[in-house]
Amino acid sequence: MCGIVGLFLKQPKLEPELGALLSQMLDIMCDRGPDSAGFAVYGAGTPGFVKLTLRGPAGTDFAALGAEIGHPVIARDTHGVLSVPVAEEATVRAALARLAPAVKVVGAGARMELYKEVGLPADVAKRFKLETMSGTHAIGHTRMATESAVTTDGAHPFSTGPDQCLVHNGSLSNHAGVRRLLAREGLEVTTENDSEVAAAYLTYRMRGGDSLGEALEHSLGDLDGFYTFVVGTESGFGVLRDPIACKPAVMAETDDYVAFASEYRALAGLPGIETARVFEPEPAKVYFWDRAA
Amino acid sequence: MNLSLKPATAEGETFVDLATTPLRELNGALHKLAPDTNQTLWKIANPAGRHAIAAGLDAPITVEIDGPVGYYCAGMNKQARVIVHGNAGVGVGENMMSGLIHVKGDASQAAGATAHGGLLIIDGNASARCGISMKGIDIVVKGSIGHMSAFMAQAGTLTVLGDAGEALGDSLYEAKLFVRGSVASLGADCIEKEMREEHKAMLAAKLEAAGILGEVDISEFRRYGSARTLYHFHVDNVSSY
Repeated sequence: MCGIVGLFLKQPKLEPELGALLSQMLDIMCDRGPDSAGFAVYGAGTPGFVKLTLRGPAGTDFAALGAEIGHPVIARDTHGVLSVPVAEEATVRAALARLAPAVKVVGAGARMELYKEVGLPADVAKRFKLETMSGTHAIGHTRMATESAVTTDGAHPFSTGPDQCLVHNGSLSNHAGVRRLLAREGLEVTTENDSEVAAAYLTYRMRGGDSLGEALEHSLGDLDGFYTFVVGTESGFGVLRDPIACKPAVMAETDDYVAFASEYRALAGLPGIETARVFEPEPAKVYFWDRAA
Repeated sequence: MNLSLKPATAEGETFVDLATTPLRELNGALHKLAPDTNQTLWKIANPAGRHAIAAGLDAPITVEIDGPVGYYCAGMNKQARVIVHGNAGVGVGENMMSGLIHVKGDASQAAGATAHGGLLIIDGNASARCGISMKGIDIVVKGSIGHMSAFMAQAGTLTVLGDAGEALGDSLYEAKLFVRGSVASLGADCIEKEMREEHKAMLAAKLEAAGILGEVDISEFRRYGSARTLYHFHVDNVSSY
């Protein structure tokens, strides 16, 4: 069992509250996944710049690290975010690897920031001050591990491409085979986690020219097992359940947002939920929203 | 009783606000009701999708829930009438023995699962595995139902005014299925059967119980049942045992 949540805003008015809304959704999903949590938020971006999310051991001095590489790092607990010109990304990554080998780049993209840690989801959200974050869309996960160990690396979301991330409730049965396919295609899956394989599969499809919607269509044929996926891209938000629909899912849509949760309880606090269209996404049907700039 | 209740406004009425009263307290109070209780109408506010609301009732009362409920609402119900003004989560009315559950919105998966008796009315759609392993309940769904519904259904009736998803009635025993719309596919050992007068009368009785007799044309329904090839011993299969 795991809990997943997602919130995709259609209008700017709720953007300042995105983090606060996602935070209370994650909080309610604690009892579906108390061992670790994570979330990705699509916030502000600067044209020509890429945002890198870093994760370091507890006590990492991100301010000093930022000073050393010449780009300020905004620290949030064990994570830090810095914005660098696209042309300098490779240089900065190399400098980070040299200066702070224990610090990993866990997410990259024009707007995506990605945070995850072991611990009770409500505490994890507080440590990263999720409630203060703003943005257009966000996805989150509360984990009860089944297929791999309880580690920060094994927590969701998984990001395997720029501005791409995935959360998963379920377990894939053919992840080893897909992992080999992806390795041949040059996609690195860094953890033992089956969900990262799903994320990398979508990256592989989108790298080949698929839209997120098309990539999700293809995963119906290529990924076997139980899954409810919620996926984010820079401007898009997708949902897919396996054909048997083993894992729960409920959605709510208003003029202002599309929201996803494993259980309705997590949607109950959203503004306007009383009059929202609340529905259960159908099995094997791709749901996809895009907010083209 | 220690419930943080508003004073009753009419004889026999009790209000419970789940935003302020713990769910365990409500369910505990409902479980303690005597068969001859005067507290016969319970109105529940702010359910907010909580699980197991009004599960395990065994008293001739009415419980009206004002909003969406989570998993297993009114599970194991005996005698009570439970009305949900909203959607219901997984397993609404699972293992109901008697009484009535009326969901005014949609129901999630496994509605009425394993239930032995009573009537479950769903005004909207029910998703996958509606009536799985049902053992005597009558289910009336005014919308459509999802895949694998009435899987291994043993007894009772499932009436659907809309469509049915894939593998309807897989490994069916003796439950009777009436579907007005399309059926995406039939499961193993489920076949369409002739709609004789006795079945039309049975269907009419179920529609009447659900309060919609006369609103739909009984001749539009088709009946599905068990071909009975899976659960009788057949000598050709002796090597399988």
